[in-house]
Amino acid sequence: MISLAGRDILHSWARFAFTGIGLGLLIGVTLSMAGVYRGMVDDAKALLDNSGADLWVVQKDTLGPYAEPSSLRDDSYRALLGLPGVADAANITYLSMQVRQGGVEKGADVRTMVVGISPGQPGEPGYLIAGRQITRGHYEAVADVKTGFALGEAIRIRRHDYTVVGLTRRMVSSGGDPMLFVSLKDGQDVQFLKDNEAILNERQRTAANSALNRPGVPGLLDAIQASQTSNHNVNAVLVRIAQGHEPEAVAREIRRWKHLQAYTRAQMEEILVSKLILTSAKQIGMFLVILSIVSAAIVAFIIYTMTLGKIREIAVLKLIGTRNRSIAGMILQQALGLGLIGFSVGKIAATLWVPIFPKYVLLTPEDTLRGFVAVMLICALASTLAIRAALRVDPATAIGG
Amino acid sequence: MPALVKKLLLAGLGLLLMAALGYAIARSGPLAPIRVTVARVEQGTVAPALFGIGAVEARRAYLIGPTVAGRVKRELVDVGDPVRAGQLLAEMDPVDLDQRVAALDAGLARARGAVAVALAQQRDAASKHELATINARRYADLGAQKFVSQSVVDGKVQEEQSARAALDAAAAGLASARQEIDRQNAERQGLRQQRANVRLLAPHDGVVSAREAEPGSTVVAGQAVLRLVDPASLWLRVRFDQGRSEGLAVGLPARIVLRSQPQTPLPGKVARVELVSDAITEERIAQVVLDTPAAGTSIGELAEVTLDLPAATPSPVVPNASLKRLGEQTGVWMLADGKPRFVAVQTGARGLDGRVQILSGLQAGAEVVVYSERELSANSRVKAVAALAGQKP
Repeated sequence: MISLAGRDILHSWARFAFTGIGLGLLIGVTLSMAGVYRGMVDDAKALLDNSGADLWVVQKDTLGPYAEPSSLRDDSYRALLGLPGVADAANITYLSMQVRQGGVEKGADVRTMVVGISPGQPGEPGYLIAGRQITRGHYEAVADVKTGFALGEAIRIRRHDYTVVGLTRRMVSSGGDPMLFVSLKDGQDVQFLKDNEAILNERQRTAANSALNRPGVPGLLDAIQASQTSNHNVNAVLVRIAQGHEPEAVAREIRRWKHLQAYTRAQMEEILVSKLILTSAKQIGMFLVILSIVSAAIVAFIIYTMTLGKIREIAVLKLIGTRNRSIAGMILQQALGLGLIGFSVGKIAATLWVPIFPKYVLLTPEDTLRGFVAVMLICALASTLAIRAALRVDPATAIGG
Repeated sequence: MPALVKKLLLAGLGLLLMAALGYAIARSGPLAPIRVTVARVEQGTVAPALFGIGAVEARRAYLIGPTVAGRVKRELVDVGDPVRAGQLLAEMDPVDLDQRVAALDAGLARARGAVAVALAQQRDAASKHELATINARRYADLGAQKFVSQSVVDGKVQEEQSARAALDAAAAGLASARQEIDRQNAERQGLRQQRANVRLLAPHDGVVSAREAEPGSTVVAGQAVLRLVDPASLWLRVRFDQGRSEGLAVGLPARIVLRSQPQTPLPGKVARVELVSDAITEERIAQVVLDTPAAGTSIGELAEVTLDLPAATPSPVVPNASLKRLGEQTGVWMLADGKPRFVAVQTGARGLDGRVQILSGLQAGAEVVVYSERELSANSRVKAVAALAGQKP
């Protein structure tokens, strides 16, 4: 038995192939869109994974440090270390800001999230792809490779030049900004350090306050001004739980006795995924749904018109007594073949263009599988429409009737 | 035949497409193996060093001001002027001190007059006493020969005693008048010292660093009018993170990079390590002196200081990028049959170049994972490559 579908494809293979490629590009766009959505959720999860913490301790009654600003004293971690079940507690600061490439005034501005970490503690980047971890207490940085910074490059944050000593990847804020790791003290300074004019103005403001600049009390003004230019706040304390302890139990202790808010990994994920990126994820999700429907419709129309294009040949087949099952089989096989080519081209295309995206795009195997099943299903469904049209054709049309 | 060629060609294209698809699925996304780089553990020595930042300050700085509240009368020096020890720098308004000295001078003259009076009175009393003594002796003789009555004799004896008492009184008056002179003298001396104290003198050679009050302003006792520093005594107050201050000791050689001269590290050494460290900032404080004073250094200038510690004993050395934490252990990932395996290690000294001494758990020559694209776990698929990105700094 000869394959009708195969012979037909052989007959007009160029048309078939180009239709398949066109379809493939469309499927590629849909897959990429799904990848954008997954990437967004994954960015949020990467943020949590990379901090290496079991608990996030933040200011009371806030959803910090990612979803809301949070500020607590940098000695809070000492009190937390004394709690049973706490293995490690480390201060951390987060600040999204522009960092100037190449030092001084020239270079380009790069939007980053500057993270102040304590070396060897939770919060430190867990893996590097080049360079080394921070060893000096000041003015060294480890950058995510997406910042575009190179090893050994000088970058300017506020008024200090930092040297990039290490590169890492997939260290992003929940908004997808690449991270820049600096030491904790630098991180605190970055949050608080104002430009020189602002500092001078602030000094003058203080000096103008007669209650703070009393003539009979030498040194008072100096002391007040010194206290105004130091920062002992951090945004969160990352806590690692000792083995054999329940994170929620430790979190409960912290909430009850330390007057701080503590979130477990699950709660933090809930905050990030269902509060912080909810609307933008929904936006992408909505677009994905519409794109899928449009793709399905286009696939269906392509197969339908492809069948209608050879309606005369089908009529001839009918005239020479070909069974309906063979004709239906031919159309179904062609539709599935088209779907297979389309899916393959789409997957390859998506894989090729995903690395060019500025933000992270995640193509999961589950999505690929789901996409494959959906494409095949849509093709099969669309072919029934075409089969209906083919079976209803009058064999007489073959001889121009 | 052409049909067969076409068929073969199409089949080839189809196979190519499938192969590309398979590659795309296997080599990208979560199914792809994690690319890592490996390095051989070297036997070497880590040169540990401490890094801190500090500011230039003067070891000998002087606040020059009055010991009592007053008004600044004049200032003879300005900021930047070099001064010698003992030089008059400024003067406070003495207010009534001169007049009080003059009043005391007058009082002293009067006291001297009082001494002269007391001396004269003493001489008068002495002569009266002499006469009374002679009279008393004469009448005693006459009384013994019964020429005069006993009552007259008694009268004369009483006169003599009275004259002696008057003489004693005159002597006491003289002493008191002399003491008055001493008192007035002492008081005058005190006032003169106060008068001298309103003159503000340089306690040491140095340079005027600030004029905090201008002539005419009123300052309280102890408030500085001028600040003086000894430029030969500049050093750096350097702060080191407590967590990374092991080995900080007096005499360690230092490399100092002043913010104004970032290209020229200056040699120095640790002169003092403060016993009290800052509990709030969690920093240790040490004073570092420059071997040769740098020209153009300003007080308060920021400096980065690197202290070189003695090299650690030779041992296996790994880059700090290879050290990972798994649970509560620190260790490295090693590759065994293409599978990562976590090996716990104990670390020792850490160099600023990122090399870490391994005390136990690892031998030189073993291969460890240094860089990886993602966090590794025991069942990750990995692929060793030469480099992931960039060059070593």
